[in-house]
Amino acid sequence: MKNNKFKGWLYLLPALLFLAVFMIYPLIDVFIYSFEEGYNSASQTSFGVGLYNYSYVLHDPYFLQALKNTFILVMITVPLSTLISLLISVGLSSIKPLRNLFQTVYFLPYVTNTLAVGMVFMILFQKTPYTDGLANLIVTFFGGEAVDFIDGPYWAKMFVLCFYTIWVVMPFKILVLTSALASVNKNYYNAAKVDGTGAFRTFTRITLPMISPTMFYLIITGFIGAFKAYSDAVALFGTDLNAKEMNTIVGYVYDMLYGNSGGYPSYASAAAIILFAIVLTITCINLTVSKKYVHYS
Amino acid sequence: MDKNKLRKRALTKKAVKNTVTYTLLTLWAIMVLFPFYWMILTSLKSYGEYSNEFIPKLYTLLPTLENYKDAFTQVPLGQYFLNTVIFTLVTTFIMLLVTVLAAFAFARLDFKGKDLAFTILLSLMMIPTELVVITNFVTITDLGLRNTFAGLILPSVTSVFYIYLLRENFAQIPDELYYAAKVDGTGDMKFLLKVMVPICRPTIVTITILKVIECWNSYVWPRLITDDQAYFLVSNGIQEIRENGFGRENIPAMMAAVVAVCVPLIILFLIFRKKIMAGVARGGTKG
Amino acid sequence: MKVVFQHLTKKFASRSGGAKKEVIAVNDFDYEIPDGTLVGLLGPSGCGKSTTLNLICGLIEPTEGRIFFGEDDVTDVPCEKRGVGMVFQNYALYPHLTVKQNIIFPLQNLKGKDKLTKAEMEEKALRAASLVQIENLMDRKPSELSGGQQQRVAIARALVKMPRILLLDEPLSNLDARLRLQTREEISRIQRQTGITTVFVTHDQEEAMSISDIIVVMKDGVIQQTGKPQDVYDEPKNLFVAKFLGTPPINTFDGEVKNGSLYIGDEAVLTVSGVADGKVVAGIRPEGFIPKADGHFTCALSQVEVMGRDITVVAKHPAAHNPTVRAIVSSDNLSAINGEKVSFDLKENKVFLFAPDSGERLF
Repeated sequence: MKNNKFKGWLYLLPALLFLAVFMIYPLIDVFIYSFEEGYNSASQTSFGVGLYNYSYVLHDPYFLQALKNTFILVMITVPLSTLISLLISVGLSSIKPLRNLFQTVYFLPYVTNTLAVGMVFMILFQKTPYTDGLANLIVTFFGGEAVDFIDGPYWAKMFVLCFYTIWVVMPFKILVLTSALASVNKNYYNAAKVDGTGAFRTFTRITLPMISPTMFYLIITGFIGAFKAYSDAVALFGTDLNAKEMNTIVGYVYDMLYGNSGGYPSYASAAAIILFAIVLTITCINLTVSKKYVHYS
Repeated sequence: MDKNKLRKRALTKKAVKNTVTYTLLTLWAIMVLFPFYWMILTSLKSYGEYSNEFIPKLYTLLPTLENYKDAFTQVPLGQYFLNTVIFTLVTTFIMLLVTVLAAFAFARLDFKGKDLAFTILLSLMMIPTELVVITNFVTITDLGLRNTFAGLILPSVTSVFYIYLLRENFAQIPDELYYAAKVDGTGDMKFLLKVMVPICRPTIVTITILKVIECWNSYVWPRLITDDQAYFLVSNGIQEIRENGFGRENIPAMMAAVVAVCVPLIILFLIFRKKIMAGVARGGTKG
Repeated sequence: MKVVFQHLTKKFASRSGGAKKEVIAVNDFDYEIPDGTLVGLLGPSGCGKSTTLNLICGLIEPTEGRIFFGEDDVTDVPCEKRGVGMVFQNYALYPHLTVKQNIIFPLQNLKGKDKLTKAEMEEKALRAASLVQIENLMDRKPSELSGGQQQRVAIARALVKMPRILLLDEPLSNLDARLRLQTREEISRIQRQTGITTVFVTHDQEEAMSISDIIVVMKDGVIQQTGKPQDVYDEPKNLFVAKFLGTPPINTFDGEVKNGSLYIGDEAVLTVSGVADGKVVAGIRPEGFIPKADGHFTCALSQVEVMGRDITVVAKHPAAHNPTVRAIVSSDNLSAINGEKVSFDLKENKVFLFAPDSGERLF
């Protein structure tokens, strides 16, 4: 009983060591990096302190491209994936036979390697001298012109990126929404039925408010996740994302750190902090908006 | 109003609703499964067959396992597998050790500064990895740990969320159990291992599986910290295969590698389906 | 093994309503529990009885004072070295272990020269199990047992290392009425069979009275009275003890002593000697009433409850503290009790007088 004061810390020590070295120190350090001008990673020296790194990043065409890509990606995939997953979850909750099978199938993308499956999407959408690819088969069937989705026009590449991103994030959303729908008390539905409430009205007036906290959670994590998109893009377009105009903010950070254009931890830090600021702002906006619409029982 | 007519209308309405629902669900199921079908199909086509299909065929009449042989002989896929297994096992093991000890301290022991430490822990949950990766990259590089397992593993160990999850579970165990053990002269460590861990086994299994999935699929960190193929994991390994792989655009062989990379986790998933889904629903997010 | 408390005091820091306050859970506890007795710590919730139990056990340390087991000062001895066995209110059985593993668990902690072989452990576990008659349940998990069975397992686990003191925290509170009766006999039997000094905590006075050799009545961290259950019941030291013991509870009235007579209302109901004149609180046990047509104590009759051997007369009296006065009388009187009023004589030894302000016993 007397040595309790130390004992607690002793048990905590391993976790503390790991957290201190790989989370808390880096968290402080990243801010320092971002303000150190002309930091040289080889000699570990810098010229001075200031906002130059931020200014450089914000004027870098690659960063602006990445910013634009990320925003388009977020604005398309978050609403779409949330909506589709809601639709599917509601469908899933209304059936009995095959429900488990569907649920299992829908969850598969969660456990598969993003990089590996991305390559399947690549060959499905790629147009090469040898083949137009399966996706173009459908495009031409509807009278369109075959287009290279992987190395072609910007909109086509963005389409595949959004498509794949939605495919990847759906399992989580479907799973969470289905369990939220299952936890809505059946009595509400019975009461609505007795009152003669129609299916659509039941959905908008009972189901949606009851699962609104979950929806809200999904939207917030959806935004955060989409802003941090990177692996999906690499999976589809390869590691040289700048050349393909398909980089994301996180991709820009890593490229600044390492690879052909790497070696600039200061720029990387500035970009990472800008990203963090954007995510924080969006999350705060979400929180404010949600107060109006989310119903907590 | 006619009763029969009413019932008939209700039945028709239900049938229509069911048809629409099942069609929609089946459509999405195809959307999910098709890439898997396509990768398996392509991996079974010979290089010649695949290259000659300007319009890709949805089936093959001459399945071959040649591509799988190529995937494991022409590129070091076996090496990537071995690396990933070592990385996953060691990282998960250390994570469990660290997490169980920390969760126990937070849930059961009283010590000065506990509340403050726990608050800091909670706030760390909000920190995106992207912010800390930069310094970790520099730290590991400065330590000369690039292209080593230590460099791969050490920064991947901590999972604040798992500590939190396990602490919540530990905290549900009634105090009396702890006092009863104490009266009987049970030490803290023995109580943790003999009582708390077995009682919370479901949660521990869940975080283990989630961590295994996370490790198996991790891409960013391995890519940053290794450029020697001898230390590639499957994710950056497969990317390497894609960019500098089989010498020519050997898509079927590439797909064989992709299948090989996906299969272990799919098997794990099918075995622990309920546990994994419950665990993820409790708060896992991908990546 | 006798247990001696010397000026035992335990204060807790509590933070209620923002202000830091000190709560005295146990206040200057001075008592000696004789060797081999079954002692019931009795009191309303929050009276400090559980704290006292935890102090004996060693789960918490006293703020002041000392505890002795026999001649050993155990105040600074950690609980695992005190050689106590404890049965917790919710039993605290390890849910993932079988009954047998639960009982053996404490034995596996023994180290050095006390270390037991597997066979010895099994034998001891079996002996403890047979003492509480659960030999046939050894391979079950706690979740497969009824409440009463879980209770027995918990007792077996506490007994298996032959503790110097056995402690039970509200041992019957989680059981249903029938099991309660059975289990309290069981506890008393086990205690007599093993001769281990046993302390148990309860808020149920009937439970405490029925099996304890000695009861210790507590209130607000202070001992009110100790002694054999019947002695405490017959001679309560203060109003609190008188009210706390007995079912139905004692009837209390505003009264006044004038010239050696007790007046309740306008009637002189009893002659009391040696009590100074003045206002008093009069307590009359339900069995202290004798129905008598010309009795001095008259109440308005509201109801008669027949219970077989006895009947309960429910009546009203303007000076009574409670809305109803309950008297238990022999059923022979049933025919005599009717109409609007009922009159009684009082048994002198069932009437107690207390000072209105301090509650101290006057008579």
